Amino acid sequence: MATTNFNCSLFNNDQAATQNTHSLQELQQPVVSTKVFIQRDYSSGTLCKFQNKFPTELESRLDRQHFEETIQTLNNLYAEAEKLGGKSYLEGCLACLTAYTIFLCMETQYEKVLKKVAKYIKDQNEKVYIPRSLLLTDPIERGLRVVEITVFEDRSFVPTS
Amino acid sequence: MSAVMISRKVRKWEKLPGKNTFCCDGRVMMARQKGVFYLTLFLIIGTCALFFGFECPYLAVHLSAAIPVFAAVLFLFVMAMLLRTSFSDPGVLPRALPEEATFIEMEIEAANGNVPSGQRPPPRIRNVEINNQIVKLKYCYTCKIFRPPRASHCSICDNCVDRFDHHCPWVGNCVGKRNYRYFYLFTLSLSLLTIYIFTFDIVHVVMRSVDDGFLSALKETPGTVLEVLVCFFTLWSVVGLTGFHTYLISLNQTTNEDIKGSWSGKNRVQNPYSHKNIFKNCCEVLCGPTYPSVLDRRGLMRDDSPVSASSAAPSSSSSSSLSFSNSSKPAPATVTTRTTAPLIPNEHTPDDAKPSIDAPAAPGRSPEDHLPAPSFIPPLASPETDAEASVAKDKNH
Repeated sequence: MATTNFNCSLFNNDQAATQNTHSLQELQQPVVSTKVFIQRDYSSGTLCKFQNKFPTELESRLDRQHFEETIQTLNNLYAEAEKLGGKSYLEGCLACLTAYTIFLCMETQYEKVLKKVAKYIKDQNEKVYIPRSLLLTDPIERGLRVVEITVFEDRSFVPTS
Repeated sequence: MSAVMISRKVRKWEKLPGKNTFCCDGRVMMARQKGVFYLTLFLIIGTCALFFGFECPYLAVHLSAAIPVFAAVLFLFVMAMLLRTSFSDPGVLPRALPEEATFIEMEIEAANGNVPSGQRPPPRIRNVEINNQIVKLKYCYTCKIFRPPRASHCSICDNCVDRFDHHCPWVGNCVGKRNYRYFYLFTLSLSLLTIYIFTFDIVHVVMRSVDDGFLSALKETPGTVLEVLVCFFTLWSVVGLTGFHTYLISLNQTTNEDIKGSWSGKNRVQNPYSHKNIFKNCCEVLCGPTYPSVLDRRGLMRDDSPVSASSAAPSSSSSSSLSFSNSSKPAPATVTTRTTAPLIPNEHTPDDAKPSIDAPAAPGRSPEDHLPAPSFIPPLASPETDAEASVAKDKNH
């Protein structure tokens, strides 16, 4: 909508525009943040897996346990998506026989898992990260290259969902 | 001063860097040069049209009606695989956003330590251990990322592609992780189709020659001569290519790795991605999971999203970040971030990337547009509060 987009452009420099909604009063203070990037772990090959190393920038904000749990769950979900097993072979063969037209009506295994990942990240943001003035970004938004965690330095700024 | 903005829905594909062309509002993604692709289409469709026009009526009557039916099925499969290879995203890796690029730069600086002035900085390489082999990850100066293993930068499309095989002009696109199996099935089915047409051309000419003699048979079906010529030359190249790719698949290698000799030779590392089992390798490449595209081509961009002239990455998109419904994909946060270290240009940084560094989140609008009607602004907000951003804004114009 024109009004909403218009407000976005006004606040772009000064305010945070996050995926969650927040009241206009909260947007009046300038919000500054830094970003921490969790890189990919290639030790098992080209599988999508993120490093479980706890970044020092988050030490004051987040428990190591929460962080490791988040990353481990994400890694498990992506491993499920990329698993080579009977199910994926069946899907592949069936798709080939139908000249891949079957994907017009069916969702691939990977797409199903990506939806689960999106839901999990939203869930984690609501329960763990936003209350600590952090924000987790879905890795698919970054090309499955990094898990981006935004650290809001203004503690009073809490994006509400 | 009008307070109403006419916002046009801009989709992300319109702002993607790289030298791809997009069609059907972002659904189709191809390389820029499509001339050879049109030639491929012309050759396949033309030859098949001649086959259906000259061979099929005769053979359906004199031999079997199954012949044109099978040819039609094969032709449709070939076309489907060709179009799927040409139109899909090969596995392009999106470029790093400015914050990520800066973060990586800082890590590199920390790793390199102090380089005495005048000396060349060490090459940007990261070593990772995969299956007990050391693999070197190279830094891409265009995309500002460390390339994942097996990824490579295609200079024709100006993108980093995951599991990059090669850029195929016949198909008009790169061949990478997402479309390699379609490419292989295309070459395989095209080989079969070529052999099929060639065989039945010969059968047709022989059958006619028995009745009328060789030369008059050729005069009756001039199309056959053309088909035989095309098929003869196509056969060697396509069948050869199919054989080559079958070999690569059985070893789980890419064309790129094969050409560079990454895994061959005694002092080189062995291929860490191979399962050491031909069947398993084939299954992984051909029947493995279908990877989704990580380029959100059809997502909507915010009209005011910053896109500098040498933008390194698509901006965040949300159809309405301040309102209450979310677009189907959650948008990342757009905040002012303090970049503590500017991106350090070196001899490899493309010149056009240098000025964009200090404007991570500046909108591409002139300041006049930010004078709105009072009813839309909360009283304390002001567009020029952040001095950094206003300076950056000026620089953008």
